[in-house]
Amino acid sequence: MLENIVSTGKKSTRDGFGAGLHQLGKTNPEVVALCADLVGSLKMQAFIDDNPDRFIQVGIAEANMMGIAAGLAIGGKIPFTGTFANFSTGRVYDQIRQSIAYSHKNVKICASHAGLTLGEDGATHQILEDVGMMKMLPGMTVINPCDYNQTKAATIAIADHDGPVYLRFGRPGWPVFTPENQKFEIGKALLLSEGTDVTIFSTGHLVWTSVEAAKELAAEGISCELINIHTIKPLDEAAIIASAKKTGCVVTAEEHQMNGGLGDSVAQVLGRHQPTPMELVAVNDSFGESGKPADLLAKYGLSASDIVAAAKRAIKRKS
Amino acid sequence: MANIEKLEQITSQVRRDIIRMVHACQSGHPGGSLGCTEFFTALYFEVMDHNNSFNMDGKNEDMFFLSNGHISPVWYSVLARSGYFEVSELATFRHIDSRLQGHPATHEGLPGIRVASGSLGQGLSVAIGAALSKKMNGDPKIVYALTGDGELQEGQIWEAAMFAPHHKVDNLIVTVDWNRQQIDGPTKEVMSLGDLEAKWLAFDWEVMHMNGNNVKDVIDTLAEAKTKTGNGKPIVILMKTEMGYGVDYMQGTHKWHGKPPNDELAQRALDQLKETLGDY
Repeated sequence: MLENIVSTGKKSTRDGFGAGLHQLGKTNPEVVALCADLVGSLKMQAFIDDNPDRFIQVGIAEANMMGIAAGLAIGGKIPFTGTFANFSTGRVYDQIRQSIAYSHKNVKICASHAGLTLGEDGATHQILEDVGMMKMLPGMTVINPCDYNQTKAATIAIADHDGPVYLRFGRPGWPVFTPENQKFEIGKALLLSEGTDVTIFSTGHLVWTSVEAAKELAAEGISCELINIHTIKPLDEAAIIASAKKTGCVVTAEEHQMNGGLGDSVAQVLGRHQPTPMELVAVNDSFGESGKPADLLAKYGLSASDIVAAAKRAIKRKS
Repeated sequence: MANIEKLEQITSQVRRDIIRMVHACQSGHPGGSLGCTEFFTALYFEVMDHNNSFNMDGKNEDMFFLSNGHISPVWYSVLARSGYFEVSELATFRHIDSRLQGHPATHEGLPGIRVASGSLGQGLSVAIGAALSKKMNGDPKIVYALTGDGELQEGQIWEAAMFAPHHKVDNLIVTVDWNRQQIDGPTKEVMSLGDLEAKWLAFDWEVMHMNGNNVKDVIDTLAEAKTKTGNGKPIVILMKTEMGYGVDYMQGTHKWHGKPPNDELAQRALDQLKETLGDY
């Protein structure tokens, strides 16, 4: 039920990654971690303290880090690379493509500071194209969890998945609202709240924003079905088709370019199987800029009020 | 003791395989393949402790990584001739539905290949990762890698070159095919490598030299390199070769880097190379 979805406080998704990695250090001896001079930012210190022999500091050399990770995977290790999302994808796309994805290496590419909510560092670091780049690679799994608990669970879950994974998370403190110690199922959409008038499919930080939007809409008598798409690839097509059939119109919400993001994946599914009126809340072919995360989300059209407006537009198109 | 005469016979057959493979599909890279024939033959028939039943993880055996993947013909020939797959499969090189892709790949499951290569500059990093996994696994075997010299123009090579001494990756023997040629011409004209030995020394590698077209020198140098492993430093061997070695009209020029011979020139090449193990 929508009213039961409440924040228990703020923690960053990157802290969730650090906690998940720390736990993996205790449970899976094949897990090794690599970092390109961002240990503090990626919250990797607890893992390193426990497992100094299973941590490799690569320095500011991300291309080399991806290649080394591929080599470690050949030797049977499960490498987790850590750096910012920009340097985890765009900077090293060819290394990931050839040495990891095409070669089917069991590397977990863990990427922090994704999206506008990176904030003050500005557009050089606010990558908004990473999901698109990664989902285009054959065999790559793409995951964008929504809060601390889900990021921790996803980090633990991907160690058991055989194959390359892109795990995207962020910098700011963010509401924690999913259950602690939940089980994370790769590729399985999570129904947060049932509804009848419109479906909101959201991913990452914007899942919480969608919860806020759904509450506003509920106050106006509009019933939203709220679905957390933490795994963008492989996409839970059955859940998307079923909910679109049920409500008759959909909105997607994400902290990413419209081109290449969750919205375009959902549109492909609906276009093929269940043509449905659809509105996309995403960055519209633009770079970001410096600023506070909340201000940036508002300026670039990713706030709760934007989701509310998109839902109303989608409902209007149903007739 | 290595039987040099026998290894030289193998190199003649491998060169025939290279010419026939690139001629049959009218594509591929004969120049660098011919130049590195002694190196590959020595590595697979004498130097490495390897298992031709092929396990991807390479545990408890030596591993080899080819970073300059375009010289796949020589690698495929040597893998087939040393029992990784049927020699007849060499006839499928670069054809559709083949495991012998233009550049080496794991995607089709060809035994002997552990990572795709072709986009240059990546193989040294992968080899370092494999060498680190051996250390973590308590596996005393060695990782070998080959890079081109033109390939050293890629920045990732120098990221890897900085990493390996810092982390004391001393179970790694890298060879640079120093043929001084690349697609657009001599390296000194396209992008000078400068003092190559000084560069690797400055990065704190153990640097050695060898004549890559003398099979005995290759075996002796690799044996000496092996004695230098485990001493806290990675090892690089600057291997002088002649691109196109063994085929008179291809030798010492960049012009046959990525060009196959026509029927007449293929025959002229084969006339210079004795069929010692039987053509596929």
